[in-house]
Amino acid sequence: MEILVCIKRVPLVGSTFILTDDASEIDTRRLGFTLSPHEECAVEAAVQLRDAHGGSVTLLSLGTAETEEQLREQLAIGADRAILAITDGSEPDPQATAAALLEAIRADGAQFDLVLLGSESADVAGYQTGIRLAHALGLPVVTGVKGLTVDAGVARCERAVGSEREVYSVALPAVITVKDGLNIPRYPSVPGRIKARKKEVSTHEVTLAAPRIVKGRLVVPAAAAKGTKVLDANEQGAAALVDVFREIGLLA
Amino acid sequence: MILVHVDHDRGAVDAVSLQALTLARCLDSDVQAVIMGGAEFAPELGEYGASIVHVAEHPGLTDYAPQATARAIVGLINSLAPTAVLGAGTARGNEVLAHVAAMTDLPFAADCTEITLGSPVRVTRARWGGNLLEESTVITTTLFATVFAHAIPAVQSPAAGAVSAFTPELSPADLAVVIIERAGAASAGVTLAEAKVVVSGGRGMGGPESFSLLEDLAGLLGGTVGCSRVVTSAGWRPHAEQVGQTGTKIAPDLYIACGISGATQHLAGCKNSKTLIAINTDPDAPIMQIADYAIVGDVHAVLPQVIALTRAATGA
Ligand SMILES: Cc1cc2nc3c(=O)[nH]c(=O)nc-3n(C[C@H](O)[C@H](O)[C@H](O)COP(=O)(O)OP(=O)(O)OC[C@H]3O[C@@H](n4cnc5c(N)ncnc54)[C@H](O)[C@@H]3O)c2cc1C
Repeated sequence: MEILVCIKRVPLVGSTFILTDDASEIDTRRLGFTLSPHEECAVEAAVQLRDAHGGSVTLLSLGTAETEEQLREQLAIGADRAILAITDGSEPDPQATAAALLEAIRADGAQFDLVLLGSESADVAGYQTGIRLAHALGLPVVTGVKGLTVDAGVARCERAVGSEREVYSVALPAVITVKDGLNIPRYPSVPGRIKARKKEVSTHEVTLAAPRIVKGRLVVPAAAAKGTKVLDANEQGAAALVDVFREIGLLA
Repeated sequence: MILVHVDHDRGAVDAVSLQALTLARCLDSDVQAVIMGGAEFAPELGEYGASIVHVAEHPGLTDYAPQATARAIVGLINSLAPTAVLGAGTARGNEVLAHVAAMTDLPFAADCTEITLGSPVRVTRARWGGNLLEESTVITTTLFATVFAHAIPAVQSPAAGAVSAFTPELSPADLAVVIIERAGAASAGVTLAEAKVVVSGGRGMGGPESFSLLEDLAGLLGGTVGCSRVVTSAGWRPHAEQVGQTGTKIAPDLYIACGISGATQHLAGCKNSKTLIAINTDPDAPIMQIADYAIVGDVHAVLPQVIALTRAATGA
């Protein structure tokens, strides 16, 4: 089975969002970068499916040259090769993203049985790149998948709804977007990292279409100032918590 | 006119779809709804402001079918030419409008908290699970947008709610992805999303064994256990218990965060808790700054005391 996984480099925001002076971006000068857990699960699922069914796992990311860091990290957990669709670093809107991914797939020329993406990106969260890509490729798409098995060319996809699971079935080739919880992604091993250094990362320059959702300003929503009450770490503190439980009406 | 896609599941209208109707009513006096089957919901949708409820009737539409729903909506857009099509900022609502947008090659703004129609169209939408807002303009002929879940309360605003049935033209490809079965609830207990009390543990719990403390306290308070992603990615607890941006978003009466630092991605899931208690060895942990009550201490020392006193208070 030939599997493509689309991943996105995003800043690893800690406890607060610090914006650039013009509030158009997150100030990433002091931040590391990572992937969404959704996409880590997508790569893990791809590697597991390849190990069970044969074939290969190709990664695809749209971003600046630095995105190679995230691609190498995922090559280290077992993906076979990667395609980096290099942009000028400006932020594409979801339509432009899907178009650029399509362009990179066409330029690469390989045929994929399964295209995996995260359900939504960690940062922009437009909930549409996978669906747009599926329409452009003429493939069916199942989204938000938290359980995935493939048997005889048919994928069984489970989607969590409350405490229930909806099951969808789709014949490959197909696009499937997945969610955190699909599996427990492995960490890269040292031998995995060494092997990853030699794996192929091919680059492809893409030109992004002008966004039709034109980003103005970013705003950090104001948190309600609460005035934290600090309690002692002893019997008194514990008793004060029990009083809180009583006030909320939890202890009849 | 604004067209609002309303989702329903086995006898109940989706709550966030009603919130979308409310937002639509704030933007336009003429709001119409589109629903796949479910003519019986027309009076309810009328209560929330739909003048006409377009009911798609098709033998293939017996249960949720994302692409078929989108195809039916595109048919209506072509005949009714609405200024905007809104939906719910839910897995289904976002999925349907993304299909509509892909079919028509127009932009789609998911999870909006504010919308201003006109030229240009302006939206404010949620990024990072709602921890960051984006103000954007949308260059389009028809605005496609979903309304961020629980950003605005649904308000009644009676309109006629007249049923107008139509039969969408669907291809086999539109019906290729449908629900083939439902797998039952994993556990009989309160679900994380609905629990009034959530006792949650993070890396600071030290290992899966310590979660018995959280189970005990949750049991005494009639609540359930939650956790951070560090905990699920270590395999200590199932992902169904993860609170946060890529876990479950909750708004319980009480959230007790034990050994959780309070990363933004975790807070995205629990910041709407009515009362938040944090127990952490680090007084400077971000969660300690936003908590209503904070105990600076080791969970392994603090929790047994809290459990003992709670047990005494309940007489259990
Ligand atoms: C795109 C994205 C999405 C994410 N989604 C989620 C999500 O949905 N949910 C989520 O939780 N995370 C999510 N994360 C991960 C998130 O960034 C944090 O890594 C995670 O929440 C941290 O978990 P933690 O608080 O348990 O661990 P840590 O950040 O390591 O914090 C542990 C805390 O325990 C305290 N502690 C240690 N020992 C003790 C003790 N004995 N007693 C008391 N306190 C102690 C420490 O002082 C510290 O504050 C996401 C990350 C990204 C990039």
